[in-house]
Amino acid sequence: MSEPVLIRITVNGVDYERSVEPRLLLSDFLRNDLGLTGTHVGCEHGVCGACTVLVNGDSARSCLFLAIQLDGAIVETAEGLGTAHALHPVQKAFHDCHALQCGFCTPGMLMTTIDLLRKSPLANDEDIREGLSGNLCRCTGYQNIVRAVRQAADELKVAQTDEAVS
Amino acid sequence: MTEASTKQVAASREAEELATRPKIVGASVKRTEDPRLLTGKGAYVDDRKAAGMLHVAFRRSDHSHALIKSIDCSAARKADGVVAVFTAEDMSEVNAVFATSRMKNYYATPITGLATDKVRYVGEPVVGVIARSRYLAEDALELLDIAYEPLAVVIDPEEAAKPSSALLHEEAGTNVLCSREFKTGDAEAAIANAAVRVSGRFRFHRKTPTAMENRTYLAEYEPGRDELTLYTSSQVPGIIRDALSDALDMPGSQLRVIAPDVGGGFGGKASLYPEEIFVAFAARRLGCAVKWTSDRMEDLAATSQGFDQIVDAELALDAAGNAVALKAEVIGDVGAYSIYPWTAVIEPVQVVSFLPGPYKIANYHGRVRGVATSKPPTGPYRGVGRPTSTFVTERLMDMAAQRLGMDPVALRLRNMIQPDEFPHRIGSGIIWDQCAFTECLNAACAQVDYPNLRARQAEARAAGRWFGIGVACYAELTGIGSRISVAPGMPINTGTETAKIAIDSTGAVTAAFGVTAMGQGLETTLAQVVAEHLGGRVKDIRVIQGDSAAVPNATGSYASRSAVLAGGAATLAAKEVKEKIIRAASHLLETAPEDLIVEDGKVSVVGTDRALTFRQLARAVYLEMGRIPADKREELTSTKTYDPVFGTSATAAHLAVVEINPDTYEIKLERFVVAEDCGRLINPMIVDGQVHGGVAQGIGAALYEEVVYNDEGQNVTASLVDYIIPTATEVPPIDVVHIEAESVTTLNGFRGMGEGGTIGAPAAVANAVADAVAPLGIDILELPISPERLFRLIENSKNHKDPSHGHET
Repeated sequence: MSEPVLIRITVNGVDYERSVEPRLLLSDFLRNDLGLTGTHVGCEHGVCGACTVLVNGDSARSCLFLAIQLDGAIVETAEGLGTAHALHPVQKAFHDCHALQCGFCTPGMLMTTIDLLRKSPLANDEDIREGLSGNLCRCTGYQNIVRAVRQAADELKVAQTDEAVS
Repeated sequence: MTEASTKQVAASREAEELATRPKIVGASVKRTEDPRLLTGKGAYVDDRKAAGMLHVAFRRSDHSHALIKSIDCSAARKADGVVAVFTAEDMSEVNAVFATSRMKNYYATPITGLATDKVRYVGEPVVGVIARSRYLAEDALELLDIAYEPLAVVIDPEEAAKPSSALLHEEAGTNVLCSREFKTGDAEAAIANAAVRVSGRFRFHRKTPTAMENRTYLAEYEPGRDELTLYTSSQVPGIIRDALSDALDMPGSQLRVIAPDVGGGFGGKASLYPEEIFVAFAARRLGCAVKWTSDRMEDLAATSQGFDQIVDAELALDAAGNAVALKAEVIGDVGAYSIYPWTAVIEPVQVVSFLPGPYKIANYHGRVRGVATSKPPTGPYRGVGRPTSTFVTERLMDMAAQRLGMDPVALRLRNMIQPDEFPHRIGSGIIWDQCAFTECLNAACAQVDYPNLRARQAEARAAGRWFGIGVACYAELTGIGSRISVAPGMPINTGTETAKIAIDSTGAVTAAFGVTAMGQGLETTLAQVVAEHLGGRVKDIRVIQGDSAAVPNATGSYASRSAVLAGGAATLAAKEVKEKIIRAASHLLETAPEDLIVEDGKVSVVGTDRALTFRQLARAVYLEMGRIPADKREELTSTKTYDPVFGTSATAAHLAVVEINPDTYEIKLERFVVAEDCGRLINPMIVDGQVHGGVAQGIGAALYEEVVYNDEGQNVTASLVDYIIPTATEVPPIDVVHIEAESVTTLNGFRGMGEGGTIGAPAAVANAVADAVAPLGIDILELPISPERLFRLIENSKNHKDPSHGHET
C-alpha cells in the first residue's frame, strides 16, 4: 500500500486539503472523509449513476474516480444545490412532479439533470430519456423524472428569454 | 334577521363549505419526505457513523455446494487494521433461526450468520473479517485460506426433485422443501371432454429485486447496558427485532431495530439475512459499533431472488369460449434455504393459489413443489408468485382466443367474474370481495380506443410490420388481516397494525406505526389519514415508522398492506384523540361537544370565532392545572390496533402496445395503459408513481431481467452490466386510469396497491409480443423474451412447422 498523498480540492465552493490513500475512491472520499453523504453509491462499477457528481462542470461517476485524480478540481454535489427550505429549481421540479420515491438515485439524477440542462437543448422527451439513460432508478419508472426535467428545462428557457428581453 | 338566525345561516354555510371542500385523503399532497432526500440530507444506514465504528467484509463461498473442510484465519488476523475474524465456530452462542410453518410437507432449514460445515450457494457468507475500515477488511479477505470438498452441484430444480439427486439438507431427506395441492371439481374429466384445449410449459426465470441501495447494516452496542440497536436497510424492522431476540437471546427492551431512510426494497429487504445476524453478534461480542455495507456484486449474489418457476398448465373451454377447467403443475426453484419468516413456500404456493385469477373456472387442479437448489434463496419480490400466475393464465387466455378466433378482450369479459357475482371463491379457495375486473378491462380498452387500435394493427400487419397488442388482468389479495397469513402456516402475525397518536404539551402531533417506508411515501400518506380523521394539518403531523420501538408489535411493510392496515389503525386512533380534544375543549370553551368542530389544527365553536389551536388546547390540558376538572382531564393520546380480519383485494387491467424490429428483434414498447382499482385513493400522485415503478419492473421482468447460473452454479449475471434493469429509454409513457371502487371490507375503503404494476406488466408485454409475431405461428412461453430468444423461436418455427401449435402438451 502506497503512502497517502496530499490533495487540494474544491467541493461545493469550499476548499479542502486532505491527505488520502491513492486507492481511495472519490465517492468514499466525499462520503467518509468530507461527510457529504448526499452522494450515494449504488454499484461501484460505473453503471447505476447514483454517485454522479460534477467534476469541473461535467457529470462524472464518483465511484470511477480516485480522489487523487481530482487534485485541483472543482466538484459539485447535491448538497451544493438548494437547501430544504430553498430548493434549487431542479430540486423543486423533482418535488413538484413526484420524481423521486426512495430518493437513493435522486442526487445522481439531479446532477445529471444539471449537466443536461447546461449542455443540451432537450428539444423533446426522447432527448431527456436519452440524457437520463445512464442513471438507473428502480422506483419511479422514470416518467415523473422526465416530467421534472421538462419542467426545469422549460423554466430555464423562460428565464433565459426574460434575460434576453430585459 | 335575528342573531340566532344569523348564526344558523353561518353554521349552515360552514357545513356547506365543509361538504364541498376537497378532503385531505384523496388529495395529491406533495411529499414531506422530499426536501431532505432532494438536498442530500437523507439518512440511509450507510450515511450513519458511530464513534469507533468497525467495518465488516465477508468471505463468501465460491462453491455452489461443498463441505467446508478447514478455515485458516491466522494470516488474516494479523493483517493491518484487522480487529477480529469470525467463523461459524465463533458464533456458537447464537441460535439458528428457523422459518417454521404449520403447513404439511414442509421442511424448515436453519438460518445462521455464517455457513456451518457446508456451503449451499455461491455467495454464502463463510467468514466475517472486522477491521478499522472497509478497505482494510476487504484486503484481509485475500489472506483467508478455506479448504472445500466439492459436492454435486444442484442446479436444475426438476432433477433436484428426483430421489436420486444430491441433497442440500440431508436431514430433510429430500430437496422438495414444500408441496401443496388445490383441487376444486374434476379438472381432468372436464379437460378430457372440452371442445378446446390450450396448454404450454411456461418458464418465468429468476429475477432479483435490485433496490438501488444495497443492503447495509450497522449495529451499535452499549456494553454497560447490554443494549443493541441495529440500523438496517430493511422493510421489516419489527420482524428482524423479534428474530434477533431469539437468535441472541436478548429481550426486546434491550434490542431495537431501526430502518431509517431505505433506498427501495421490492421484497429484497423483507427477510432476515445472515449478515444482519452476524453484524448484531459481532457488535455485542466486540462491544462496539460494527457496520456492513453490501456492494452490488454481493447484492446480486446474496440478496433473496424472485420467481423462478416452471409451470405446465392447460386451460379447457367449451366451443362458445367459456373456460371450464384449469390444471397446473408447478415447480418452484426456491434456492438453498427457506427464508425467514416467509418460508420457501411463499413464492411457489402463491403461483398455484392465484392461477385461476379473475375468471370463473369451475374445475381447478393445481399442484406445486418448492425445490431446493444450490442457489441463493428466493423470497418475496414485488408481486410474489402472481407475476408468474398472471403470465401463465393470461397467455393461456390469449392462446385460447386465437384458437377460438375470438378477440382476447371479448374472451376475457365473457369469463370474468361479473360485478353482480361477488364475493366469488376461486378454485384454490381464495375469495374475491367486490372487485372491478370488467370495469378495469373496459376502462383500459376505452383509454386506447381499442377497436381503433386493432384497426391500426391490421394496417401495420398488412404492411408487414410486427405490431402487437397485449392485455393482462389480475387480482391480488391486499391488506390481509389476521385470518389469512401472508405465507401459508407462517407462525407470525402479519394481519394487524398499531397506531400510536399523541398530541404533546406543545400541541405537536406525533403518529407512530409499525410499518416501514422504503420509498412509497408513508410519512405523507399516513399523515394525510391522521390529519383527515383528527382535524389536523398534514404539515404538523410527524409520522414515526421503521422503528421496532415505535409500537409493541411491529412487522413492517410488504404484501401491499401499509395503506390498508396502518391507514386503518391511524383512523381509529385519530378518531379517539379527536374525541378527547372535543371533550377537553368542551370544558375550556364551555360549549356542548356537538357544537365543536376540529379542523386545520384547531377546535372551534361552530358559527363563532371562538377557537383553540392544538397548542393552546395542549397547554391547557397538560400545563395549566385547574382549567379542566382533575377527574375529567385525560391525555391527548390513543393507541389502536386495526385488523381487517380477511383483508381485501386489488385489481387491474394492463394493456401494452409493442412493435418489433424485424431486423434486430428489438422489442419497443409504444404505449402502456393501466386501469387499476386500489379502492379509495389516499394520494393519487403517489399511487400513479407506484404504478409507474411497478410497471417498469414488470417490463424488466418481461424483456430484460434474468439471473443466470451456469452448470457450476456460478452466477454469471453478477453486475448491472449483465443483470439488465430498464433505463429511461426502455420504459414507455404509462397512462394510469383509476377506477376507485372502494373496498367494503376495510376501513376507509382502501385496498392497497404497492405490487400491482409488477403483476400485470409481464403478462401484458408477453401477450403483446406474442400478438406481434402471431402471424409467424409462435407462442411466447418463456420470460424474459430477449431479442435472442425471440430470434431463436422464430428461426425454429421456420425450421419445424408445428401443426399442434397452441397446445403442445
